[in-house]
Amino acid sequence: MEYLFLSFALFGIGFFGVLTRRNAIAALMAIELMLNAVNLNFVYFSRNLSEVDGQIFALFIMVMAAAEVTVGLAIIINIYRQFKEIKIEDISWLKW
Amino acid sequence: MTFYVLAGIILVSAILVVTLRNVFHCALGLTVSLLSLAGLYFELGAPFVGILQVLIYVGAIMVLIIFAIMLTQRISDQMQRASNHQLLPSFLFIILFILFAGSAIKQQSFLQNPIRAFDPILDIGQELMTTYILPFEIVSLILLAVMVGVIVMARRD
Repeated sequence: MEYLFLSFALFGIGFFGVLTRRNAIAALMAIELMLNAVNLNFVYFSRNLSEVDGQIFALFIMVMAAAEVTVGLAIIINIYRQFKEIKIEDISWLKW
Repeated sequence: MTFYVLAGIILVSAILVVTLRNVFHCALGLTVSLLSLAGLYFELGAPFVGILQVLIYVGAIMVLIIFAIMLTQRISDQMQRASNHQLLPSFLFIILFILFAGSAIKQQSFLQNPIRAFDPILDIGQELMTTYILPFEIVSLILLAVMVGVIVMARRD
């Protein structure tokens, strides 16, 4: 039961980080926190229900998170090459 | 007891990740948080997930993030503010969100489930090869696509 509170708290902290951080890499790290909170939720219920499906789902989420972080960091490196900045509020050139 | 120690470490380092000014310190805080979370997976009877958490998250993702920080940061960026002007509204929103979403676990009927021990590694191997064979193959295709895409995106031309 306490694991669920920890999962919710971690998710909230990650959500707060995504909304407030100016650095794009820091926002990506907060997204990783949210994904790990969901993983903890899955593994807890896998133990609660005595089934292994939660752990398998957690493994798939881990692999997808690795793929997403890779693509996100490639985008950020491209943005840095173009603008020399990765502050989120400075790279909003698409909206005038 | 182990849970409370690990949970304290996880929460403190998670708060450090979202509040510190130097983004490299944030990466270190995230590494500590992910390692403690792997310890919590061992506590929950998921040794395979715990080992893969250390290998994939700490061993690959955090190294990648630290490389990206190394390639995109200048030394003069450390004196600027870490948070944008949404600090107070998002903090209030997160408090409300945690209270609202946390009320979903008030019904405690799931606590009466009998917890029987099972061998997770054997079951993971069997389920991955029988029930979850389709996501397993699709994940390998996705990883191939991601690798090709990232190499195309990140090269200098």
